[in-house]
Amino acid sequence: MFGLSALFLARFQFAFTVGFHIVFPAFSIGLAAYLAVLEGLWLKTGRSAYLDLFKYWLKVFSVVFGMGVVSGLVMSYEFGTNWSAFSQKAGPILGPMLAYEVMTAFFLEAGFLGVMMFGLNRVGKGLHFAATCMVSIGTLISMSWILSSNSWMQTPRGYRIDEATGRFLPVDWWQIVFNPSFPYRIVHMGLAAFLCVAFIVAGVAGWHLLKARREGRQASEQVRLMFSMAMWMAAIVSPIQVLAGDTQGLNTLEYQPAKIAALEGDWESESRAPEILFGIPDMESETTRYKIAIPYLGSLILTHSLDGKVPGLKDFPKEDRAYSPLLFFSFRIMVALGMLMVLVGLWSLYLRWKGKLYDTPLLHRVALFMSPAGFLALLCGWVTTEVGRQPFTVYGLMRTADSVSPIALPSIATSMIAFIVVYFIVFMGGITILLRTFAEEPHSGEHGPAEDQPQRAAGTTQVSHQPPSGPTAGAGMAE
Amino acid sequence: MTETAGFWLPVVWALLAATAIFLYVCLDGFDLGIGILFLKEKDHDHRNLMVNTVAPVWDGNETWMIFGGAALYGVFPVAYGTILPALYLPILFMLLALILRGVSFEFRFKSESPMSQFFWDSSFCGGSIVAAFMQGVILGTLVQGIKIENNVFVGSSFDWFTPFALFCGLAVVIGYALLGATWLLWRCEGELHDAMRRISFVLGGLMLVTIALVSIWTPMLHTTYMQHWLDMPQLALVAPVPVAVVVLAGALFFGLRNPRSHLLPFIATLGLFFLCFSGLGINVWPYIVPPTITIWQASSPPESQTFLLVGTMFLLPLILSYTAYSYYVFRGKMSAGHHYH
Repeated sequence: MFGLSALFLARFQFAFTVGFHIVFPAFSIGLAAYLAVLEGLWLKTGRSAYLDLFKYWLKVFSVVFGMGVVSGLVMSYEFGTNWSAFSQKAGPILGPMLAYEVMTAFFLEAGFLGVMMFGLNRVGKGLHFAATCMVSIGTLISMSWILSSNSWMQTPRGYRIDEATGRFLPVDWWQIVFNPSFPYRIVHMGLAAFLCVAFIVAGVAGWHLLKARREGRQASEQVRLMFSMAMWMAAIVSPIQVLAGDTQGLNTLEYQPAKIAALEGDWESESRAPEILFGIPDMESETTRYKIAIPYLGSLILTHSLDGKVPGLKDFPKEDRAYSPLLFFSFRIMVALGMLMVLVGLWSLYLRWKGKLYDTPLLHRVALFMSPAGFLALLCGWVTTEVGRQPFTVYGLMRTADSVSPIALPSIATSMIAFIVVYFIVFMGGITILLRTFAEEPHSGEHGPAEDQPQRAAGTTQVSHQPPSGPTAGAGMAE
Repeated sequence: MTETAGFWLPVVWALLAATAIFLYVCLDGFDLGIGILFLKEKDHDHRNLMVNTVAPVWDGNETWMIFGGAALYGVFPVAYGTILPALYLPILFMLLALILRGVSFEFRFKSESPMSQFFWDSSFCGGSIVAAFMQGVILGTLVQGIKIENNVFVGSSFDWFTPFALFCGLAVVIGYALLGATWLLWRCEGELHDAMRRISFVLGGLMLVTIALVSIWTPMLHTTYMQHWLDMPQLALVAPVPVAVVVLAGALFFGLRNPRSHLLPFIATLGLFFLCFSGLGINVWPYIVPPTITIWQASSPPESQTFLLVGTMFLLPLILSYTAYSYYVFRGKMSAGHHYH
């Protein structure tokens, strides 16, 4: 009844909107945690540079969070508008999980966001720190629920299928929520969010370090502090992320071997499989062309033994195979970026040991260049796991082609164009404002979003917890 | 046992969902209303002040809308899977409008040139109007009924383009503007307060006219709606509604005329919204997708509804209490000295 193109457009639209959306929650998860750490360190040590950095990144948070809320709003309705068949069948399982996400996380974040953004002078330090922690915890809870539902679509458990309606009915909620791929996915995604923000912070700091050097002065204490913190993250978290990615790979091999075969570009199942570094998988001829491969490495990586058996795409019926050419590259780009992050982390450790962390312009330039690396890797990883689930929405059980809504092609085409136009405007606006914020050097006496003027609160006790800070205007300002 | 659970769970969830939607309408209503009032208020400082009254709470207000979507998905998946495709375009326009106005909220404070200031102000205002209008259209289309066969939407993409649905859109724009004006009247002082008091008279009058028209129009759409207003058990339920409307309208205009009354107009407007909302609810009961799908037919299995209900009993009061706390922290009159950005 529906041509391929309506299905294709519905898929493209979902990929576009969720790809746009995913960047902002990841940014919020990492940034909220960073803000909580900064405020905690300020309260513990009393060092005002931490407060300055807190206020600086708080301005960024308000923009990022707002964009996350509005783009997430679209997601909560798009399941129904574009994937109504899927929603009706999987709704009894996924719907309650998403509703729990909203109730346990979104309200928590949004409820305490106001206090976190504008309340420092109104509620006092302790309560304010509690609000910041609540926002951060909210982002983590939200991530848990959404990854649990996503993992259920990859490795469904704890359900039965109703014969009359074809609906998925819950049998054991514990098994549904803690399905086999969930623990691995949440660790991998959480670390990814932290790395995204670490590299953004490093990039901003790198830019200001280079600028200060060009102007023949020393960068502000705040810039150096945030660069140092970001490089610690790169040095510690990137290697852990490599291990987390490896264990998720093992998990995928166990539960979704077809995905592994597609992302490795392997057609024949074999032991002592080589690792293909480069090649172009061809779905028609069932080969991978122009291969450059290293013997044994494929088995070693995937099974941790030289003669482990690695699946090939030919083990699976043609109609059940994911599109290998895309997965092959998205996976390799993600891995390459991850390795680069590890190298940057190690290099920074060496320079820190030599005492040259702030005096090596090449590292600062690399940090600036790598600032979007976390987000790129995140998007590539997301493409790998989601496209790798195809041609199913619920892995092995419900096909994507059977999930789509009865929407006419013109409607989907209209909405696609409208989304592209609006998201383009919003994204450009957001990027402009973020870049303008980043262009200012964090300095002492940093203004938060709420402190252009002293608060004059009718009927409320005036509480001021602003610690004495240096000269407000101009000190350390670059421009 | 399961029989009774199968009967009561959907009823409880219908009431909870109605509560959530009503909370959304109240909270995001005044917040969208502020955007609509940008049409009338051109002064830059006034505009900043208006937006600042909701700056700390708007993300939370919008979250009720996300909750509505997610709860519908989990509790009434059949309704979710039929209403959304049927209202594809109005929902699309509403979402895009909410996106534009949501980001304008943050961007307008951070834009430097008058050009970009004007652009984000316009998209804040335009986005608010379109979002409010589309919410009215969605409501009107639902009340008027959706063509369903075998749980699948079989109508056309423009079934929502009817005089009734479009008029509901207009009614919601007027209603939200009144909510916004009375909210600002309560939260601001000086010139802006006086301006809002004046405009509330006009908006209040317009709102009463639209309430009257929708009330006459609705029973004429379906015979079942008409019967709700004529049959005895339901009549007892709906009869007090028009009386209460008159009482609240009186309170609204009394509050507007009395210079010392600051909060009453806002409360009276919320009351009017509650009456309209419950009036419509009584009309469509027990259908969730009029005129074919009831709340029982649309429900997910009791296992899903129970799982979500258990958590909701604890979480909803918690959410309401910290939301109230956030409003409490940012209470009091706003004056030009307050800047949140």
